[in-house]
Amino acid sequence: MTAIAGTAGGAVAAPRVSPAATFRHTMTLSWRSLVQIKHNPMELLDLSVQPVMFLLLFTYVFGGAIAGSTGDYLQFALPGLVAQNMLFASMTTAVGLNTDITKGVFDRLRSLPIARSAPLAGRIVADTLKQVWAFALFLGLGLVLGFRVQTGLIGVAGALAVLLAFALAMSWVAVLVGLRASDQEKVQILMFSLMMPITFTSNAFVRTDTMPTWLQKWVEVNPVSHLSDAVRGLLSGGPVAEHAGISLLWAVGITVVFAPLSIRAFRDRV
Amino acid sequence: MRYAIQAQGLAKHYGETRALDGVDLEVPQGRLLGVLGPNGAGKTTAVRILATLLRPDGGRAQVGGFDVVRQAHQVRSLIGLTGQYAAVDETLTGVENLVMIGRLLDMTRADARRRAAELLERFDLTDAGGRATKTYSGGMRRRLDLAASLIGRPQVLFLDEPTTGLDPRSRTELWGVVRGLQSDGVTVLLTTQYLEEADQLADDIVVFDHGKVIATGTSDELKATIGGQVLEVRPVEAAHLDLVARVVGDILGAEPTVSGGLVRAGVRDAAAVPAIVRRLDDLGVIASELSLRKSSLDEVFLALTGHAAVDKAQLPEEVPA
Repeated sequence: MTAIAGTAGGAVAAPRVSPAATFRHTMTLSWRSLVQIKHNPMELLDLSVQPVMFLLLFTYVFGGAIAGSTGDYLQFALPGLVAQNMLFASMTTAVGLNTDITKGVFDRLRSLPIARSAPLAGRIVADTLKQVWAFALFLGLGLVLGFRVQTGLIGVAGALAVLLAFALAMSWVAVLVGLRASDQEKVQILMFSLMMPITFTSNAFVRTDTMPTWLQKWVEVNPVSHLSDAVRGLLSGGPVAEHAGISLLWAVGITVVFAPLSIRAFRDRV
Repeated sequence: MRYAIQAQGLAKHYGETRALDGVDLEVPQGRLLGVLGPNGAGKTTAVRILATLLRPDGGRAQVGGFDVVRQAHQVRSLIGLTGQYAAVDETLTGVENLVMIGRLLDMTRADARRRAAELLERFDLTDAGGRATKTYSGGMRRRLDLAASLIGRPQVLFLDEPTTGLDPRSRTELWGVVRGLQSDGVTVLLTTQYLEEADQLADDIVVFDHGKVIATGTSDELKATIGGQVLEVRPVEAAHLDLVARVVGDILGAEPTVSGGLVRAGVRDAAAVPAIVRRLDDLGVIASELSLRKSSLDEVFLALTGHAAVDKAQLPEEVPA
């Protein structure tokens, strides 16, 4: 086989990509996002530093002041920290997508006869796996520091499921930002100034009744509050159905609004 | 004649800007078309449309007989694309980049690895194959990018300014690779800002300006229109400028330009230069500067855009078969 490229008469792809091929392409592209960790274990550290740092800082610096004891505060704040980290992790999706676009990798992928959805789906699958890792890390470190799961394995699985469902919805926001922003820096600034106020004006770290009334009104609506409460219920016991329900409703709402916008942004790139 | 690439009246607008304003292209199978033009002439827009990355606002195009809009998927299975920037994943190794493409093209893992090794060997990247591509030099990255676009053995290859930003040595290496592809029978559309590059590689050349094709022909035909070389004469005394211009115009049979104390004209026949020197000597005109050099793209451009009506009439409208 000496010819480096084909001459006339090569195979032309069938006009449609089969579901099986779509799945394969998606897996190949998520492999591509994850294999980086193998070469550069620092990447995994990057994913892990923020959870570890936040967990330690919040527990030992604010714990005493906010809840009177670091142990009590850990039990309260860990679910909120998990929710916050999940939101911030969606930034990775946006940054990765934007890098692919500005570096031309996205063009290369789109010039291949692969499923149109694979570049997006591959990234989201990989980022979801990273989310699972961060969740495991939080829980593992939390257990060492004194957090106690009071519900059992089903509760843990439920918490992870609700978090991932919400993360999936947020990834549409990330995709929109990643596609529309002109460079990486703008992606980070935009995502940060979006996520920071949303996560802090919630009951993720502090009880709602300690805040001024006007703020309480927003906190009670804020999806991060419901997400935190749902995870609290699923890990420490307590009411779950309402908060999980509202979280999922938010996830659906965010998807309904942002998925079409993202898809339009995606088409505009075509 | 079978055409690997055909486009009729391609148009693309961005607001008021007409990136492409009715472009026709025809590339016969197995030929290399050089698309020559300055930045912003619409070269990249044309490539992006032909490579199914961008929808045209007007006109239509076929690659390998398939419509680039309605049959984009089939077109994608025939083409390879190498952009201006090296589109490789910097965090992956050379091997991984190529294997990823192979896997996306539905090769088995073993086939993808074999093909990757074959191409790395061919592009002299075997030793670097296991390293992350962010450690590669510009030339290596560009070669890997080209290798990536060849994984699927494309019939039609788009090279969008493949040597922009490369040092002369890497450029020459890449030219060698492109010549190799030509001998394999691949149809290539190459865009470039460099006349020399088009000259070295292209069977046929089209010149783009402001989203339009302003000239078509072989390298020799284009040069013949504007004069292959440029003569510049600077008389010591500015008063002699008109006289020099008259002599040059007389002997070359074309009106020279006069600016900045310099008389400049395109030269088709180098033998005319001694005649000019003798005539100036007879007239007692002393030149402080007299030079003959290859015409630059700027001059091709000046000639083509400045005298478009004349030049176009002299150029064949069809790509010769």
